[in-house]
Amino acid sequence: MIPLALAEAESYVGAAYLVFVTLLLIYLAIMAGKLERIQRELRSLAGLAERPREEQR
Amino acid sequence: MRAPSLRTLAIATAIVLVAGYALAFFWAPEDADQGFIQKIFYLHVPLAILALIGFMVAAVHSIQHLRTGDPVHDVRSYVSIHLSVIFGVAVLLTGAIWAKGAWGVWWEWREPTLVSFLIVFLLYATYYPLRYSVEDRERQARYASVFAITAGAFVPLNFAAVRAADPFIHPRTFSSAGGLPGEMLLAFLVCLVGMALLWVSLVRFELASKAASADLGRLRRALAPGETMPGPSSRAVAPVGVSTASMSADTPRERGIERA
Repeated sequence: MIPLALAEAESYVGAAYLVFVTLLLIYLAIMAGKLERIQRELRSLAGLAERPREEQR
Repeated sequence: MRAPSLRTLAIATAIVLVAGYALAFFWAPEDADQGFIQKIFYLHVPLAILALIGFMVAAVHSIQHLRTGDPVHDVRSYVSIHLSVIFGVAVLLTGAIWAKGAWGVWWEWREPTLVSFLIVFLLYATYYPLRYSVEDRERQARYASVFAITAGAFVPLNFAAVRAADPFIHPRTFSSAGGLPGEMLLAFLVCLVGMALLWVSLVRFELASKAASADLGRLRRALAPGETMPGPSSRAVAPVGVSTASMSADTPRERGIERA
């Protein structure tokens, strides 16, 4: 097999590693979205938990 | 022995991955046959190995789930398959790019290694519709476990069948890795360990997120039993009924597992 010219090989290697990093970032972005939703829900539940105490006052 | 925290695991993953790819790019020699493009090997092969091992880990958790009825194992099996399918997408994409550079084609249907991996990947892609199609949570978990065990048993069988078949153009990984020069082999092994740590970190991360969702569900039911709040749908594809407390307890009873 004749090896590719370095510049051409670099573009394939770069593309392969970029695909992996992109997939990883997409996964992390989706997980970050989920964590944000959990935080939002936690805030609303904290508000609910504090409501009876404020009503008692 | 206590498992390392997610933070420790993430730091170790970053260090080992950076070290592995630094070795692969700056220390390991260039392949005499393929040249620089062979550097994709250090990404593509560890990803493939981890994806296949992940499918078998899911099968082991599923056996545990069917034996004990403990939903923790169902969640672990689900998350293992989820991460391995994502790794599988990366394997197919990086493999196609490598094939184009090395062989001049994106895909080769006559090569048993490629086709067999695609079959395994497509098999696991049907896991999600299977879970979605069953509404009852307990039945959903049981069916998913049976699927994960059957498909998990198919993975080593498939691997053995590919080894027995005549290669078309794709080298046989373990025989080629065994014949690697010392520097290449060391770089490959460090990359493999780094990728394994990444897989474990992501599994732990997703399990922690699922446990937090389950805890929120319990809180929601305790604080506002009548109110409808935004939360995971009752027909969610992912198992959600295992709380943080249950992850650290020893028995299902101690864990106070909830069934949604």
